[in-house]
Amino acid sequence: MKIFIKFDFNTVCRKVLEEKLIKHNIKYRILGFGEVDVLERIPSSVLSALTEELKEYGIDIIENQKSVLVQKIKDAIIEMIHSPELVNVKSSVYLAEKLSHSYGYLSNLFSDITYTSIENYIILQKIEYAKQLIVSSDLSLTEIAFQLNYSSVAHLSTQFKNVTGITPSAFQRIITKRREIATKK
Amino acid sequence: MDKDYIHIILADDDEDDRMLFTDAFEEMKINTKVNTFNDGVELMDYLNNPNAVLPNVLFLDLNMPKKNGIECLNEIKKDDRFNDIAIAIFSTSSSEEHIEETFVLGANIYIKKPSDFTTLKKVLSDVVTINWQYYTSGLNRDNFLLRL
Repeated sequence: MKIFIKFDFNTVCRKVLEEKLIKHNIKYRILGFGEVDVLERIPSSVLSALTEELKEYGIDIIENQKSVLVQKIKDAIIEMIHSPELVNVKSSVYLAEKLSHSYGYLSNLFSDITYTSIENYIILQKIEYAKQLIVSSDLSLTEIAFQLNYSSVAHLSTQFKNVTGITPSAFQRIITKRREIATKK
Repeated sequence: MDKDYIHIILADDDEDDRMLFTDAFEEMKINTKVNTFNDGVELMDYLNNPNAVLPNVLFLDLNMPKKNGIECLNEIKKDDRFNDIAIAIFSTSSSEEHIEETFVLGANIYIKKPSDFTTLKKVLSDVVTINWQYYTSGLNRDNFLLRL
């Protein structure tokens, strides 16, 4: 005899998770998207027991704190670039204060995980923001340079060219032409 | 979702170039998986298979017999299935006009073929590192233009 089953993956996971958390007397709130808010500190013995038990069901606790911190660094960098009141703040000071770690620690960790340095990442994100402003706003390059705290248009253009290999105006031409072709289709 | 390597494909008719390319990636910090094809027809046959594992970055040599890099680029750009692939063009030309045209057609990266191995390694490493940032930081691919 055969029986046929249909199951909902999310319900299964949630149910297993709930049973295990309750079994270990852990106060929790399931936030969805693979995130559980633990409301009290769990002793490490309980945490390792929980980890073992969940593993049997193919559920892994991601304990990669480093990846989480890297994401926080990235978020802080983007916030910094996009906030006019923060453009004059020194990034190393800002990140160290915001994330409560020394800049040296953050910087090493970041390079290990992302294959690039914080400095290069900031430049990349600034240039990405400049690109976004070039294609989506009426701001002139001078205004964009000012908004991103470059000392001059020349400085922005040079850094743009260093990062992308093309000039801001070539970038603008290419994107405009692509759009023209796309609308013709 | 969270995979720990970058999948790379190269289409190039020159056997030596294919070998140098594969060697360059073996020495890199970022984990990569590299597949090569001998010409544009072979490449498109692979990509057009609905079950094909699509690469993160596709390197196209401009001058290939049967089907050249630009013809491949045009075909790839017509199919939404390939929207997430970053396309890099290998060319021997450095004419500004030609470069802009290639970008307009939808290439993300334009590489003047380096003549020595050290430069090749550096260039490929730059491509993969920047692509990695696009991939992991959710940057807008429409604005991804890189000339090396």
